[in-house]
Amino acid sequence: MSRTHVTCTVNGDPVDFLASDDTSLLNALRGELGLTGAKEGCGTGDCGACSVLIDGRLNCSCLVFAPEAEGSDIVTVEGIADDDHLHPLQQAFLEGAALQCGICTPGVLIAAKALLDANPDPTETEIRYALAGNLCRCTGYDKIIRSVQEAAVRLKGAAR
Amino acid sequence: MRYAAPTTVDEARSLLAEHPGSRVFAGATDLIPQIRAGRPAPPVLVDLKRIDQLMTVVHEDGQWRIGAATPTSNLTRNRDFTAMFPGLSEAMGLIGSDQIQNRSSLGGNLANASPAADSVPAMIANAVQAVIASGDGTRTVPVAEIATGPGQTSLADGEFIVEFTVADPPSNTGDAYLRMIPRTEMDIAIVGAAVRLTVDGDIVTDATVVLGAVAPTAVTVPEAGAALVGAAIDAGSIDGSAMDTLADAASAACDPIDDKRGTVAYRRQVAGVMARRAAAIAVGRAQNGV
Repeated sequence: MSRTHVTCTVNGDPVDFLASDDTSLLNALRGELGLTGAKEGCGTGDCGACSVLIDGRLNCSCLVFAPEAEGSDIVTVEGIADDDHLHPLQQAFLEGAALQCGICTPGVLIAAKALLDANPDPTETEIRYALAGNLCRCTGYDKIIRSVQEAAVRLKGAAR
Repeated sequence: MRYAAPTTVDEARSLLAEHPGSRVFAGATDLIPQIRAGRPAPPVLVDLKRIDQLMTVVHEDGQWRIGAATPTSNLTRNRDFTAMFPGLSEAMGLIGSDQIQNRSSLGGNLANASPAADSVPAMIANAVQAVIASGDGTRTVPVAEIATGPGQTSLADGEFIVEFTVADPPSNTGDAYLRMIPRTEMDIAIVGAAVRLTVDGDIVTDATVVLGAVAPTAVTVPEAGAALVGAAIDAGSIDGSAMDTLADAASAACDPIDDKRGTVAYRRQVAGVMARRAAAIAVGRAQNGV
């Protein structure tokens, strides 16, 4: 199996690692870089638990070969808080009890961040479509949707 | 298995020629699940996304050139493209989640050759052409000639799709794509229907009807299109008997599979309904703009 030396940026820090050519970016993040926030749910791009931002765009890291990351700028759930302050989405999820087992949560947070970065004032329908690629099997979706709405309100307030 | 990221079409040709059985990919949204499901891994994975031509969308001289590896979300977010081809844009917007659409490409959706590929009927209805790297040159063929059966294409070993070309639609033209899925989102079509038609005032002058997911490949239904040509439009609605003929022709053209997601009888009936509804949307777009 060939291996490729990959240089990229993860959560603002320059990193490099050696990846098997057939491994996924998800495996490289979790294994080589020790960033275990993104989870493998299905491994086929259906569940969204492995969601990360690559160059600002929402992706399933299980559907990306690790060598593809060369030169890219990656954001995982570990990178969305501001030092000691949780991201407003994280804070709203905690207060709104929008998680139970937590497996889907890192991916949901990243997908919600991608939405709010592009659309700071989404409708409930827009939120539901934007999170359609993220499956939750325990909480149900209402608390997640309400927490995203709450975070959107707080982010808009902070931006004023 | 080795990963390679050529930056030119010629470099990709050479890799494929030197390593028979290798696979090109763009989003890998079908390729990775296939490998994980046990399909043999290719000797070289040729990533096409570092080749500028395959990632570029250009509109000039009344024609669009769409790089075959361009993420479909680049097109669905392109207001000019979506204004001209709302049906094709809708079809791409139905493929998986945002995560998938940031990776999935028209080239991949076509070359994967799923009978249920949503973009393919809409591309055929819009007479999209595929430009294929072949040997030392290129050949250009209609999209309808690429898929030959489930997972099977007319692409020879070493050939790959470089870009798509499509002419601006004539004035007073509209397209639409609808599909039926057993769920409400994130599912695979059991029937897809694309319609493009052109009007002159209150008369339909041209129409193309293409079905997906009801046969081994997408199927154009000439009888369904012909049923609309010459049909009168009254207050935005196409003459009912012409629509009945269209729906019957669409149902008759089906050669579907029978499975738990949809029986043959159901798929046949729904194909007529989807074609009729898509035609109703397309005529509104043709008369009023999007």
